[in-house]
Amino acid sequence: MKRLLSLHALLVYLFLYLPILVIVALSFNESRRGVRFTGFTLDWYRALFQDPRVLEYFLNTLTVAFVSTLVATLLGTLLAVGLVRYRFPGKGFLRYLLYIPVVVPDVVMGVSLLLLFALAREVLGFPRLSLLTVILGHITFQVAFVTLVVRSRLLLLDPALEEAARDLGARGWQTFWYVTLPLAWPGVAAGALLALTLSLDDFVVTFFTAGPGATTLPLYIYSSVKLGVSPKVHALSTLIIGLGAFFLALGYALGRRRV
Amino acid sequence: MNEAATPWRRLFRVLVTVGPGGLWLLVFVLIPTLLVLVASFLTRGPYGELSGPWGLHNYAKLLQPAYLEAFAQSLLVGVLATLLSALMGYPLAFYIARHPRRDLLLFLLLLPFLTNFLIRVYAWLVLLQREGLVNALLGAFGVGPFTLYPSFFAVLLATVYTFLPFFVLPVYASVERLDWQLLEAAYDLGAKPFRAFLHAVLPQTYPGLFAGSVLVFIPAMGTFVVADLLGAGRVVLIGNLIQQQFGLTRDWAFGAALSVFLMGFVLLALYLYARLQGERGLDELV
Repeated sequence: MKRLLSLHALLVYLFLYLPILVIVALSFNESRRGVRFTGFTLDWYRALFQDPRVLEYFLNTLTVAFVSTLVATLLGTLLAVGLVRYRFPGKGFLRYLLYIPVVVPDVVMGVSLLLLFALAREVLGFPRLSLLTVILGHITFQVAFVTLVVRSRLLLLDPALEEAARDLGARGWQTFWYVTLPLAWPGVAAGALLALTLSLDDFVVTFFTAGPGATTLPLYIYSSVKLGVSPKVHALSTLIIGLGAFFLALGYALGRRRV
Repeated sequence: MNEAATPWRRLFRVLVTVGPGGLWLLVFVLIPTLLVLVASFLTRGPYGELSGPWGLHNYAKLLQPAYLEAFAQSLLVGVLATLLSALMGYPLAFYIARHPRRDLLLFLLLLPFLTNFLIRVYAWLVLLQREGLVNALLGAFGVGPFTLYPSFFAVLLATVYTFLPFFVLPVYASVERLDWQLLEAAYDLGAKPFRAFLHAVLPQTYPGLFAGSVLVFIPAMGTFVVADLLGAGRVVLIGNLIQQQFGLTRDWAFGAALSVFLMGFVLLALYLYARLQGERGLDELV
């Protein structure tokens, strides 16, 4: 039984890694087509780095990710604090609203934002589909995730700590700044990291809200796959895989040290 | 709450914390959702714009055979992807949870997941295409080549590949909390391994099993990218129909009706889940 379970696990891990290994191998393959390895080359990486568009798409991706994560973390953290600490009319409704971006398929999310931007352009004359609309779209799904992550952290906190601060004479904002926020910090960091990952990975919402000049790396990968792949995409993918592995390993190492 | 807090101060605090995020959700979540609902009753104008007359015609159109087939295929992808994920993910969750180096195994599970979603899908195109690795391997045994791409099979495989961790993680969380003494008790009472598992272990993992199923089923039936890249026109899901209406066909009204319909499926799945798990279950999904 135990041996069967190990064999099963081995096969699943093989299933998980085979596609990735093939992409990495192909990025160093001389031949343009097929999977026969004809010789080692770094040409595709060279071509990738010499393509100025790729740099532009990379910078677009980073701009969207950082701006949206910053705004979403701020809004989401405040919202989580408000939801946990206060009672107010419409609170139940707000909580349901929070689940919509989490459960709605991203196609529906994308087209609903597209409708919003189209209507706004009709009525107000802006915004044009651009990096700005992509950022607005990303913030929208990020806020929901950040709020839920921070909220679950806040619910774990001992309310006595805040009461103690108040009993000792701390004002409302002092309690928040010196007690609540430091205690909630791991939740805020986890929420921000999740938001960043979601933004970097997002294709669908970007696809519906991006206009000309707002191409991100996922959009670029999509269109090159659609047009017939150039091995440059293998090189780009390998770099992204490497970067992902690096950050996950970093988080893993930091997590171990804390324990 | 602070004794000194006047109603005004309280109002101010609520406005500062909930205000910005709440306003954001109203403008970018509530209004767009309502817009989709409104648009689904409108008509495509001569230039692809939304116009009158109002009516249920878009919903009537959903009943045409071509669209019904797309719904059936979406449902099939959702159900089969969930079953395959269970087959692969359920035993794996046990293996990881009982392994001395489970940190490392979890790390290895999540690593492919951190590469871009499109790359994960695209990798299967590379593997399954006519001159791809799978056909090359089969060729070595004198079988094939087969047209594995584009196909329903390719779409299904890549869907499972993409969403598998969503299934494993909740089950893993259940297994970690498992009370193994129940299993020993079952053995002591003379149960055979299968019966012991069925009555002492399986029910304890229901929360993870249900959560994992919802987390795979919803994105699996809602995605359009996997079918777009690996079905290449042969596999058309609801998501692909929606994308077409907002792309080339430019019939936003019908696309909105399709979106409402897809949302209906999602809400149905969530409703069933909430019935099985209770309200609290929704929080565990995140």
